[in-house]
Amino acid sequence: MSELLALTALEAHRAMVAGELDASEYADAWRGAAAGDELNAYLWRDEGGDAPAIAVERPSIAPVAVKDIFCTEGVPTTAGSRILEGYEPPYTATAVRKLLEAGAPILGKTNMDEFAMGSSNENSAYGAVLNPWDRERVPGGSSGGSAAVVAGGLAPWAIGTDTGGSIRQPAALCGIVGLKPTYGAISRYGMIAFASSLDQCGPLTRDVSDAALLLAILQGGDRCDSTSVGLPKAPSLPDREDLAGLRFGVPGDLTSHAFDPGVRAVFESTLEKIESLGGEIDTVALPHAEHGISAYYVIAPAEASSNLARYDGVRYGTRAESSGDVIEMYERTRAQGFGAEVKRRIMLGTYALSSGYYEAYYGQAQKVRTKIAGDFENAFDQVDFVVTPTSPSVAFKLGEKTADPLAMYLNDFFTVPMSLAGIPAISIPAGLAEPEGGGPKLPVGFQIAAPAFAEQKLLNAAYALEQGIGFDARPEGVSNG
Amino acid sequence: MAKLARLGLSEEEVERMAGELSGILEHVDRIAELDLDEVEPTSHVVELENVLRADAPHQSLPPEVALASAPDPADGAFRVPSPQAEE
Repeated sequence: MSELLALTALEAHRAMVAGELDASEYADAWRGAAAGDELNAYLWRDEGGDAPAIAVERPSIAPVAVKDIFCTEGVPTTAGSRILEGYEPPYTATAVRKLLEAGAPILGKTNMDEFAMGSSNENSAYGAVLNPWDRERVPGGSSGGSAAVVAGGLAPWAIGTDTGGSIRQPAALCGIVGLKPTYGAISRYGMIAFASSLDQCGPLTRDVSDAALLLAILQGGDRCDSTSVGLPKAPSLPDREDLAGLRFGVPGDLTSHAFDPGVRAVFESTLEKIESLGGEIDTVALPHAEHGISAYYVIAPAEASSNLARYDGVRYGTRAESSGDVIEMYERTRAQGFGAEVKRRIMLGTYALSSGYYEAYYGQAQKVRTKIAGDFENAFDQVDFVVTPTSPSVAFKLGEKTADPLAMYLNDFFTVPMSLAGIPAISIPAGLAEPEGGGPKLPVGFQIAAPAFAEQKLLNAAYALEQGIGFDARPEGVSNG
Repeated sequence: MAKLARLGLSEEEVERMAGELSGILEHVDRIAELDLDEVEPTSHVVELENVLRADAPHQSLPPEVALASAPDPADGAFRVPSPQAEE
């Protein structure tokens, strides 16, 4: 059994096509593995035939774990929030529908920070997810459940969403691959909205080839999401083995800031690896990128405060007991249904959009966004890719940053600029480093960003670098993978 | 602000959040110092033409399905408490 689960999704797919692997048997093996979840990573699992609306009659590709932010007909969909407890959507998100049509069964729905707001998964109303490398540490967020199931041998691959780093950061902290595609590459229809101008669906996988395969299934324009355009060409499997002739730009404006020495050491050795594979390392200027966090924590909460207005106890979700008028019902429902971080962001966003402050906050942040996108455009005139560490630290301890929201936000320092610019970025595991304060070594992610819609080029380079790095560490006790 | 956002926060929450929000706003305020008067704001990063479709009727959710998740459906509609509280 564990031999079956040791296959990557691509290897399994090839074995199915060759008639050497029974797809239903393989999916059942994964259902068995998922049932052993001790990480609080799944909020719902298909035990077999539990959800007729999303049943796949003839599986032909590896089953997928889906972040609980994707509406799935007849299956509980909570977005990690109390306010959607018990909600079963009447329709299925396009991304999930595409998986089903490709023959990929849904293995389960994964835990997440409430409405995707968080970098540690501690903001889930259903309890924190544990990092499979060290159960006293966070898996990252907000797609922490999706990252933990892949790293922990509870799913062959998963999908998540990334608004400011929510795929890349947990992938880095769990030692797997996470790709945020170009904004518009994948439909957002049925993906519960957090910050609509930034949200993007993407794969969390064991390796770069699986990410390419999953992206090929998910991408495409959709008439139900007018901002989706798809990729110019469906990605093919990467096969590049060297980096000759490719230029990688290190943004000194970001990497000169303080971050964990262990992460820095892995980052620098990865740059050396790029050179040994024939790539060239240059310095690029992204003078406005360091203001990314400030701009992001205005724009994202502003959009969230508007998007989350729909949770009012009228059409779906929970309603609080109230003897007063409808306004009191709204206020109580939202006070009881939302957790602390969601309330904080709604307040921040409402403030940033309020009359008299709009120009100073929201208007100014949108202008910073223009400058950051321009910085990347200039950089890509000079280099093929921009590279940074994915996260300033390895996985931190549960509870370590919950008391200080700003410290938590700074986890997104390296990932937010790419989100604001709408460009694709991938995190691949690059090595292990000791956490600050000591302890067993933990995975470090290396982020590569490319111009908009250059996913194929990005995947090819990431694949070559992945082969060169040869990262093969796994959490203790995880034999598959 | 909580009133505007229809969030019934407790005294204690208001107090804690006031401190947290001023810390965050202090960080955010760094962008106030940048001279961006001539810069166009970005609301959407990918250049897109408006997408239109034919104005033709198509299948939508049947009312009973749309109401299935409502906390208090009644007579084919969503029922809410009166806008005016009873005395």
